[in-house]
Amino acid sequence: MKVEFKVNDRKHSIEIKPGELLVETLRRLGYKSVKHACDTASCGACSVQLDGNPVLSCRTFTAAVDGHDVKTVEGFSKEGELSAVQKALVDEGAVQCGFCIPGLVVTAEALLKENLNPNEEEIKTYLNGNLCRCTGYVSQTHAIMKAAEIRRSSTSVPVEKRGESS
Amino acid sequence: MKVSNVKSSAVAPTEFKVVDTSVSKVDGYALTKGKAVFTDDFNIPNALVVKILRSRHAHAIIKSIDASKALALEGVACVLTHEDVPRVAYTRAGQGYPEPSPYDTFVLDKKVRYVGDAVAIVAAETEEIANRALDLIRVEYEVLPAVLDYEHASDPEMPVIHDEPEISGAYDPSRNIANHYEMHIGDVDEELAKSDIVVEGTYYTPNQSHAMMETHVAISYFDPNGRLTIISSTQVPYHVRRIIRRIFGVESRVIKPRIGGGFGGKQAVHVEAYVTAVTLKTGRPARCVYTREETMTASNTRHAMRFKLRVGASKDGKLQAIDMQGLSNTGAYGEHALTTFMVSGSKTLPLYNKVKAVRFGGDIVYTNTEPAGAFRGYGAPQSTFALDSILDELAYKLGMDPIDFKLKNSIREGETSPIFKVMGEGREGVEQIVQSCKIEECALMGAKHFNWYEKKKRPRIEKTKAHGYGVAFAMQGSSIPAIDMGGATIKMNDDGTFNLMVGATDLGTGSDTILAQIAAEVLHTTTDKIIVYSSDTDITPFDKGAYASSTTYVSGNATKRAAEKMAFEILKAASEIMSEPVEKLHLENGKVISESDRSLTYSEIQTKLFYSFKQRQLEVTESFVSEVSPPPYMVSFAEVEIDLETGKVDVLNFLSYVDCGTPINPKLARGQVEGATAQGIGMALYEEHVSDKNGRIVTNDFFTYKIPAREDIKNIKVEFAKSYEPTGPFGAKSVSEIGLDTPAPAIANAIFDAIGVRIKKLPIKSEDMFFAIKNMVKSL
Repeated sequence: MKVEFKVNDRKHSIEIKPGELLVETLRRLGYKSVKHACDTASCGACSVQLDGNPVLSCRTFTAAVDGHDVKTVEGFSKEGELSAVQKALVDEGAVQCGFCIPGLVVTAEALLKENLNPNEEEIKTYLNGNLCRCTGYVSQTHAIMKAAEIRRSSTSVPVEKRGESS
Repeated sequence: MKVSNVKSSAVAPTEFKVVDTSVSKVDGYALTKGKAVFTDDFNIPNALVVKILRSRHAHAIIKSIDASKALALEGVACVLTHEDVPRVAYTRAGQGYPEPSPYDTFVLDKKVRYVGDAVAIVAAETEEIANRALDLIRVEYEVLPAVLDYEHASDPEMPVIHDEPEISGAYDPSRNIANHYEMHIGDVDEELAKSDIVVEGTYYTPNQSHAMMETHVAISYFDPNGRLTIISSTQVPYHVRRIIRRIFGVESRVIKPRIGGGFGGKQAVHVEAYVTAVTLKTGRPARCVYTREETMTASNTRHAMRFKLRVGASKDGKLQAIDMQGLSNTGAYGEHALTTFMVSGSKTLPLYNKVKAVRFGGDIVYTNTEPAGAFRGYGAPQSTFALDSILDELAYKLGMDPIDFKLKNSIREGETSPIFKVMGEGREGVEQIVQSCKIEECALMGAKHFNWYEKKKRPRIEKTKAHGYGVAFAMQGSSIPAIDMGGATIKMNDDGTFNLMVGATDLGTGSDTILAQIAAEVLHTTTDKIIVYSSDTDITPFDKGAYASSTTYVSGNATKRAAEKMAFEILKAASEIMSEPVEKLHLENGKVISESDRSLTYSEIQTKLFYSFKQRQLEVTESFVSEVSPPPYMVSFAEVEIDLETGKVDVLNFLSYVDCGTPINPKLARGQVEGATAQGIGMALYEEHVSDKNGRIVTNDFFTYKIPAREDIKNIKVEFAKSYEPTGPFGAKSVSEIGLDTPAPAIANAIFDAIGVRIKKLPIKSEDMFFAIKNMVKSL
């Protein structure tokens, strides 16, 4: 069967097999940032955004995204540049092997779209499904807080500062 | 001529320009952008998909394999069985040659020794066809009784797992003993008899999985000139090349791209032999990507170990004797069997060098379970859990603060331990005087930062929650002395950059970055001018690979030497170009500057050397072999909260104070300790493989095998002691493994502090805690 959908605003029209998973299709299309890691929807390394919401592409049928918008990590910054989230992750030493990072960036971007002033607990809860075996998570949490701060200071809409959790 | 601007490493410099700064990782851009940098991201046209048919029996002889139906399937390129691959005994362990692990493995054998052992290799045009072919292969087995309990592996009447005549290097395969080791210094029984207080205990640690995010994966193909090329997610590209040649008699090039984590799990030949067999058979490129289930159940785990300990002390708190008898489960094959066990002793016992007698020994046994292998810490986390726990208990019985007791009996700068010489890895070690050891600072400053003495005054049980505070001491090593060698090549370019070629294997640790920093420091330039190419056996110089906490120390020293030689070559060339004596020149900020204030940039020098003046390419290669293995030290503090109604344990605060010498990159060094701490918390509280009665691992994914998720990790803090190791590059020692040693004992000690219950078996599961608490309440 044939499906049409957008990836990072670029239109793709592609022949797929019934039951084909989005992670397979995206990798076939060259979006190698989308990772296979667990096969059981439990690690978050294959996370992409579907119409702005984070989903696990290893448990999303490609047929179901016909006519929809998919966004992978490649869609969050231009070539030669890093987004605030990406830059903060590098600056905070939150990238070790890097295998979980594309999925983490995609999910963190979704969090920041919903909540531009998350506290530590909110970050941990939102990203609990994005496993990382290298960092111990501390630096990643700091990086996302830092990225949120940078986004807040660059956004024209004033954001109400909320209290930190204990 | 002497290079005046390169400082002698005997004196600790007070200031560095590039070293000891937190520059960002050189591969950070590619990784955060999601670039195609991992093995499975490479597009190799016409690659066959390789799948492995695996045994469903823990122990069986293969009577026959009928692959005719699979071969008849359209799109199947080949099915290989034990009759189609060379019968060469080898070890999958990626170690220096000759390996201390027994040669007890074949690419495919007519016997299977655990559920998951390889039976046949299938290669097909697509994954779907390969999977269908697997289903069509008929195997007739003669099922044998299996050895599943390692504590009874060498009992009489147990089936023999390795009865094949070709194997070598195993201690007593007829009794399922892969290796055996014992040593003693002094008379342990006599010293224990003389001790005022003796404590005994038996401790268990589980078969933890590495659970690196990228599964095992390799691709092989013939390059246009017919040279076999293997792209592999490996920590040991040079050992892979050597082992592939041993098995198949074929020369190859091994390329390691970025790796999605290893932690020791990729210090072995897992996938490379399978894809090589297919490429040699078919002439086609071959790709094999392990599933998560295969990575969990058919690669390697940490060696599960049991330690029976006896320790004795005098009333005034002097540790007199340590008797440590171990038993280690190496599973179906003896990968890293002897060496992990020896490290259990050699990376713990020297810490307490004041004792009068030490005894250490035991068997490493074969069982019909998933093979164990190298895993960060390499035996030390297992033994540190046992030893530190029992010393905590001894301190308690002496009425001493465990910090005081452990400090009183631990090693200091300028001291040695006879263990260094007695125990190496698979053989004798080397003598060494400890030249950097800030364990006292780690303990005392750590206690201050953690607020130890104040916290210990707090009430432990309040309503349904209990709080406790524990401390653990650890040491590790930096490389395997007199064995580990690494090389570094530096080439100067006419644009002012340098290529640094190293065999050193960055598996996410950041070694490419810290090696660039070391080169930049020596060459008075910035890290962005050092372009690193690592781990391509056809291009980079040899390096033993990423293991044994050796990269910073060995590859770092090799890089420093190469950079020093390059600095000398630059000064020499500049001296000729400028007609100034070399003594009047120095390197500064990417230039050679003379006392008369004339200067030449690196770019100007190499441009002249290319085109117009004594034409030559500046390029140097240096090697480094470690003579000693300077231990890093660490003291960690844990605060736990126990829910008395459910038994759930939370580690609220975990602080580590680390002596790793100069941290070449403090941010990355901190990341190493934080990550190891999380893995240690996993080992302490969650991680264990559970098998059914037939030996099949049922914890084969991330739902059933729990690694710490974000919400499980509360506060982790890492501080560094001011320390300088004279033999290390710019004073550095290792930092990657030691962080895994302390979490389990610190948490277990904190649990004892909270509720008075000694947990001696990991992981400390909520249900076990629940019943421990119930019994505790009953006995009140």
